[in-house]
Amino acid sequence: MKKKLTTVMFRGTKAQEEQLIAVIEKYRDTQGAMMPILQEAQEIYGYLPIEVQKIIAARMDVSLEEVYGVASFYSQFSLNPKGEVAIAVCLGTACYVKGAGDIIDRISLKLGGLQAGDTSPDGKYSLEATRCIGACGLAPVLTVNGEVYGRLVKEDVDGILAKYM
Amino acid sequence: MENVNIKINGRDYSVPANSTVLEACRAANIDIPTLCYMKDINEIGACRLCLVEVKGARGPVAACVYPVNEGMEVLTNTPAIRKARKNNLQLVLSNHEKKCLTCIRSTSCELQKLCQEYGVDEDYFEGESNHYDIDDSSVAIIRDNNKCILCRRCVAACKEMQGIGVIGANDRGFDTHIASPFEVKLAETSCINCGQCIVACPVGALYERDDTDKVFDAIADPTKHVAICAAPSVRATIGECFGYEPGTDTEGKMVAGMKALGFDGVYNMNLTADLTIMEEAYEFLDRFQNGGKLPLITSCSPGWIKYCEHYFPEFTDNLSSCKSPQQMFGALYKTFYAQKHGIDPKDIFFVSVIPCTAKKFEVGRDGQCAAGEGIYDVDVAITTRELARMMQTAGIDFKNLGDEKFDEPFELGSGAGAIFGATGGVMEAALRTAAEVVLGKPLEKLEFEDVRGIEGVKKATYKLGDVEVRVAVASGTANAKKLLNSVKSGETQVDFIEIMACPGGCVNGGGQPTQPAVVRNNVDLRSVRAAVLYNADKAMDLRKSHENSAVKALYDEYFEKPNSHKAHEILHTHYVKRGLY
Ligand code: SF4
Ligand code: SF4
Ligand code: SF4
Ligand code: FES
Repeated sequence: MKKKLTTVMFRGTKAQEEQLIAVIEKYRDTQGAMMPILQEAQEIYGYLPIEVQKIIAARMDVSLEEVYGVASFYSQFSLNPKGEVAIAVCLGTACYVKGAGDIIDRISLKLGGLQAGDTSPDGKYSLEATRCIGACGLAPVLTVNGEVYGRLVKEDVDGILAKYM
Repeated sequence: MENVNIKINGRDYSVPANSTVLEACRAANIDIPTLCYMKDINEIGACRLCLVEVKGARGPVAACVYPVNEGMEVLTNTPAIRKARKNNLQLVLSNHEKKCLTCIRSTSCELQKLCQEYGVDEDYFEGESNHYDIDDSSVAIIRDNNKCILCRRCVAACKEMQGIGVIGANDRGFDTHIASPFEVKLAETSCINCGQCIVACPVGALYERDDTDKVFDAIADPTKHVAICAAPSVRATIGECFGYEPGTDTEGKMVAGMKALGFDGVYNMNLTADLTIMEEAYEFLDRFQNGGKLPLITSCSPGWIKYCEHYFPEFTDNLSSCKSPQQMFGALYKTFYAQKHGIDPKDIFFVSVIPCTAKKFEVGRDGQCAAGEGIYDVDVAITTRELARMMQTAGIDFKNLGDEKFDEPFELGSGAGAIFGATGGVMEAALRTAAEVVLGKPLEKLEFEDVRGIEGVKKATYKLGDVEVRVAVASGTANAKKLLNSVKSGETQVDFIEIMACPGGCVNGGGQPTQPAVVRNNVDLRSVRAAVLYNADKAMDLRKSHENSAVKALYDEYFEKPNSHKAHEILHTHYVKRGLY
């Protein structure tokens, strides 16, 4: 999948940056350092924005593209922060067959056109399409900040969202 | 290195033990088709066009990465192999925008040639295909990913050869595409416009911004005085666009072809190469003798200049303030020549033909308007390839043209000016002049052998009378990076540095004729083309810039002396510091 770029403002702190630099120093001389550095950077920041990737590139003396190429290749890396309200809709086969697509469309409509993979520019909402989360009995399923909502019809969306607004 | 004995298609060969199957076949005069392989820098075994059968191996193997071993038996041309290669080509075509009719690389495209040879069915696999917007943000480099076959040769050229890496493969699977980090456009990155990615590309996915229409339009405009000048290395390469072997000097035909296009003046940029040497040699001696900023670093390669501004901004004060020969020519033309002939510089359209895509960026830089604000020294810079295309479009039969000469008063260039097009040439030319100025008498030997050749970094120390001058030469920005880092650390101490952005110098510039992988991997274009320039120098009586009578006349009539106030106004410029992306 093509990775979505973020429009959310970077809010990294000095403390996070220090942690990041320590991580880079720790792996600097190991073979294949980029993967563990990106993994830990994502743990620190929750995602891998350009500000973070630039620090890594400069400190590793590689080009920014070398970092970005890896970050955009692996699905475990996210270029977008999770929103305060993080919505995930399961697109596993069972959910898909039972109309998960309609659910996503409805959420998107309610949240100003937010697409799967996006985070709203104010950082409030993020929408993610996930692979099967193993709750097929409840299909179609979505989660908001980890809370599970199942056996949905698209009309349920409005009520669920209202709880978090 | 020992040899091993192998069989290729049933015949016996003895080949170096460290060869790949591809190299062994090449030595046996058997060409294996390749798409992704580029010697030393892109050995990734990705395209699987180079498949061969090796007895005992489980399936066909990729010859470009498969090592030979004693007793190996290789088959390169079985029905199964031909079929497998054809199938792989058909797969490549399934997501390729097949617009050969108007494609800039039609007839020089490696994919097209292979498809024709293997008789592929263009539409064998029909399915979904990606659509990409063309990135034409750069003034020099255009990317059309709809034509990209993901061989990654451009990525290797940018990263491995040039040490830059502003492009790479983004995303994965079906969405994999070549672009810059965070999908910014090329013009927003610290791309130096060297064009090495273009000449690495086997297909029409990368090409220079075509400015030929602007030139045709200017020629057709009766109110314009349209002049053109050709850089030192173009005469050594343009023949390749018309079927000549690399390393053929076609100066006479090139001039004849330019004249046939209808320019009002056709001139020799070797003359302003000589002028550059006058300015730069005196600038060097001034800094050297009067405690100025050293090392002085040459400034004639605009790819190098942009590289310095992005990657080594701490060295911008070391750069010579001399404009490049291209810019000096335009500046001279729109001031001195315009005044002398009573032409309004606004009515002059000045074109340069250069081996270089970075010069398309240079023409629009700040501080390149000697004749007045908004009057750019050079209006349009076209590459060797574009000039050849103009001649083709105009129906000029290059091969059958007779030899013609450049127009007066800018026809004369010295041997020192000629070798500008090869790495080390500018240094050698400057040393010839600086040495004679210091010594006050002619040099016994004009050749400065240590700075010649394709070595990435060259160093030498020369005695000029009783002073020693320590010089270094680097070509290719990856090599420039090595050299500058060692100057920074104090490990290398030098007074004078020549840097060219392209490996081997302008003869191997990003605007030069493209050559397919089979040539690039087996012929050293850098030395074959440079030989044309060194031979021309050797054959000349006039081999020193300061003895060029046309240059002397310019100083007598106009500039007075090198680095005069007037020379500074017209022939010199300044630089900026840029960020990194
Ligand atoms: S890249 Fe090659 S095959 Fe593709 S359209 Fe151009 S000429 Fe044809
Ligand atoms: S022009 Fe040079 S710097 Fe720019 S992308 Fe191509 S190879 Fe890299
Ligand atoms: S742009 Fe050209 S060189 Fe680069 S990957 Fe695509 S086809 Fe290969
Ligand atoms: S795999 Fe050998 S040339 Fe591409």
